[in-house]
Amino acid sequence: MLRPILFLVLFFGLAAPAYAPVHAQELTLQTILQENSDEITKPKRRTVSTALDALVASGLPQVTQFLEQWQDKGVWLREDDGLYFYASADGGDLTLTDIDTGAESTVPKDGFKQLKPNGGVRRVIATALVQFQLSDPDLARRETAVQSIARRPEASQLGPLLASVDGEPDAALKARKIQLANFLSASFAEDPADRIAAIESLSTDTSIEARAVLNQILNAKPDVAPRTDAGPEGNIARELKPGSDLSSEDAYAQLVEAGFAQAAITPAALREAIVSNVVEGKVGGVPTAQLNSQDNRVKAYTALAEDGIVPPFVTAEEREAAIEAHVFFEEYSEKDPAITTAALDALNSIETRVAAAQTVDLTLDALSLASIYFLAAIGLAITFGVMGVINMAHGEFIMMGAYTGYVIQLFVPDYTLSILIALPVAFAVTFGAGVAMERLVIRHLYHRPLETLLATFGISIALQQLAKNIFGTQARPLTSPAWLDGAWVVSDVIQISYIRIAIFVMALMFLALILFVLKRTRLGLEVRAVTQNPGMAASMGINPDRINMMTFGLGSGIAGIAGVAIGLYAKVTSEMGTDYIVQSFMTVVVGGVGNVWGTLAGASMIGFLQKGIEWFNPSNTLAAQTYMVLFIILFIQFRPKGIVALKGRAAAD
Amino acid sequence: MRKTFISQHPSVLWFLAILGLFTVFVAVMSEASGIGLISTSMVKTLGKTLCLALIAIAMDVVWGYCGILSLGHFAFFGIGGYAIGMWLMYARTESIITANLSSQVIPPTPQEVTDAIGNQIFGVVGSSEFPMLWAFSHSLTLHLLMVVLIPGLLALIFGWLAFRSRVTGVYLSILTQAMTLALSLYLFQNDSGLRGNNGLSGLQNIPGYEDASQASISVAFFAVSALALGLGYVLFTLVLSGKMGSVVKGIRDNEARVRFLGYKVENYKLFIFTLTAIIAGIAGALYYPQAGIINPAEIAPIASIYLAVWVAIGGRGRLYGAVIGAAFVSLLSSWFTGGGVPPLNLGFYTILWTDWWLVLLGVAFVCVTLFFPKGIGGLFDYLVRKPS
Repeated sequence: MLRPILFLVLFFGLAAPAYAPVHAQELTLQTILQENSDEITKPKRRTVSTALDALVASGLPQVTQFLEQWQDKGVWLREDDGLYFYASADGGDLTLTDIDTGAESTVPKDGFKQLKPNGGVRRVIATALVQFQLSDPDLARRETAVQSIARRPEASQLGPLLASVDGEPDAALKARKIQLANFLSASFAEDPADRIAAIESLSTDTSIEARAVLNQILNAKPDVAPRTDAGPEGNIARELKPGSDLSSEDAYAQLVEAGFAQAAITPAALREAIVSNVVEGKVGGVPTAQLNSQDNRVKAYTALAEDGIVPPFVTAEEREAAIEAHVFFEEYSEKDPAITTAALDALNSIETRVAAAQTVDLTLDALSLASIYFLAAIGLAITFGVMGVINMAHGEFIMMGAYTGYVIQLFVPDYTLSILIALPVAFAVTFGAGVAMERLVIRHLYHRPLETLLATFGISIALQQLAKNIFGTQARPLTSPAWLDGAWVVSDVIQISYIRIAIFVMALMFLALILFVLKRTRLGLEVRAVTQNPGMAASMGINPDRINMMTFGLGSGIAGIAGVAIGLYAKVTSEMGTDYIVQSFMTVVVGGVGNVWGTLAGASMIGFLQKGIEWFNPSNTLAAQTYMVLFIILFIQFRPKGIVALKGRAAAD
Repeated sequence: MRKTFISQHPSVLWFLAILGLFTVFVAVMSEASGIGLISTSMVKTLGKTLCLALIAIAMDVVWGYCGILSLGHFAFFGIGGYAIGMWLMYARTESIITANLSSQVIPPTPQEVTDAIGNQIFGVVGSSEFPMLWAFSHSLTLHLLMVVLIPGLLALIFGWLAFRSRVTGVYLSILTQAMTLALSLYLFQNDSGLRGNNGLSGLQNIPGYEDASQASISVAFFAVSALALGLGYVLFTLVLSGKMGSVVKGIRDNEARVRFLGYKVENYKLFIFTLTAIIAGIAGALYYPQAGIINPAEIAPIASIYLAVWVAIGGRGRLYGAVIGAAFVSLLSSWFTGGGVPPLNLGFYTILWTDWWLVLLGVAFVCVTLFFPKGIGGLFDYLVRKPS
């Protein structure tokens, strides 16, 4: 891969002298400067390269410092003998530094002249400097040089960059240099074969930079030419058909711009011309009262045009004919078709890879969204799914958990510790709230599910307003620990923030915990027994009241913990619960009531669906939500019991 | 027949008499008649309350009588409002634009008028084209039809899908709530063609009556709302009397048993659901010209839940209960949130009712559900003993 590019170096002017042998042992920088004193003292952009070449050819170690000082206007000329010094002005005095020995002295300013190369020259100097910086012993300086090349790639940097690749000790930087050299060769190498080779080598690189380089090569601008049998000349990207590829208005505007047609009269301009030519209540013989239709206005305008007052009117037919007589196309600014074809192929191959990577990224996004929905809904899966209680205040329990985390952070400044404290405290708070609610309200309404819905809704609005009264309307932060900042970056396309990974892990932990409690503990056994048949369970010595209370408390407590997790990535407000309540119910219903696995399936389906719809229309998350809800409505039509439907007697009600 | 109907339902007569007296009283006391004891804004509030009472009886029929807790009826209300709002906004903008353009040197072309109206209406969402939805906005007749047809059709399709697959109980509630959510999310989009979250505004100005004062317009709307409420009350009483009413109540009490008796439960439910949706649409079409503005937030799922709250507080299963609930809660709510109630000083803390009203409402609501399942309307049972 690298070989053709290295081969190129031999043909490349600038780099070669850098490796020419040093020809004299007593050579000092000052002598070289004196040999080129004309160019050093009064440099010009076109001619300064001879002096730079001589400096570079010397191979002296001080050249780098000199070039830097020169660029920064730190070189002064002693006018008596024409010697150069580094100097810094301090009032009327100069601190002089000898260019070769580094000896310092302080002298009055008189008799010295600062060298001030202009901007163009400074850029040439900077380019020459790059080759030194690229092989500088200091890693940081080498990285800076590479970065500056990446920021403003220029043809002249290719040689030095290639020359520095072999000597690069740092593996990561070496890889970066090779990548950058490929970018530069793809754009600037002189031999088309080298460019094509470099372009082909880019076809596996999915970075944004590589795509930018290729797009730069494929830069095409629209043009227009009279239609001929041979078709337009030049390296044509594609032909544009008026009507489908570009609107006929745009096409005609392009014709006008290229001077092939006369500017069309827009309705506004037509109106303008008519209004400014009203004579005795008439325009071109048409009374103004009749000028309320486009046809009559055109008639008036044509009359004006015949008198030579306004430019002639271009009819729609004429415009059509003009568009028909010309061919519209996009032409590459790159003249060589072989290169653009190679770039197009490379870009297509990259796009395929990027699409694959985007699919992976989308999957990760969807997983993280699904785990958020799962966390929000898992508590509800217990209270609604297992017990059949519609708890509209579930969202407010999530909010209570988040505010608990916020309050704890006010007292415990260490974020890691505060989150660790907040999780059990949030559980305790919402567990208590859930138990109280069950005792006071829900217990009395077990036989009236619709009224549970309304009563818990009353609690929900009361809690919401209470939170607003206590914490105010503005959003409160729940800060995540520093080690959760940032994102896990796999490539330019695939990345996911650590908080989302943490939420995902947390969702998995909860799934395991709930399954364990329900399937492997005494409490879980009793819960299932009471759910299936309260009467029978009671006669077996289980206290259904106590179990209902514990189950409801458990579901609410988990909502509180979910609140801490959700608060970490979303803002904590008194209304945050309402954002999740409808979604959570849909998650449970879609998944299938009475089954934790169903909730997982529901959350996954909704998460993936929403991300999938967003992918089709990324600018509009509202539309995605709309379509998702519509889909869910339809889905429930066909599977009213959800994805994981209970069978047999358990499904009876 | 008429006589027996009234003797069977004495509450209808009482209701119509009270409503009629109230309407005449408000009209006489309003600013339009010159007495001005009741301000124009108060007349509007009362008129809006009547519209809310209308949708509340629709909700009562579908929930209290048929047992379908629909959390989507406020969406139909909003659709009715949007349907009439589109015409109001178009017609008013057209008259303003035409007046503006006619003062110019040459008369405007139809295209120029349309462009100017489009610019005026949709400029706020960065567009000037008329979306497909507005194709009929020039026609009042078509939009009046839309007030009835769109909620009706939507309810018909949605209800057919839902009842056919036997979605019942809380599942249906959640499904209707999802429908409402989808609709409000759709309306929040700027490219929905209904001005996104800006909604439609300036609806209080009735085209063709530019010279009429807001005082007389408000009284007119109040009277029409009262008429609509009275007609709706009679209509629902008729629908719910006789065999039809018995079947509907039977569905509420035991759906499976009614089905086993050979009745097509789905058809009855669909009829009630669609009819109430249409009434809700009409109520909305009367409400929003009095409110003056409609935006997607009005349709948010919470509004439909409040509707259920009104009906529950007023008393389910009796039409006058719904009217009382809607009027009582919505007027009380505007009294409390409007700062009309003096703050309560507890010594250590002063309760500002604007902040604490929702807490009070929530707690009151829980108490009503727990202790007074019959609502305020239940109190009438103590006053009136039914002839056995």
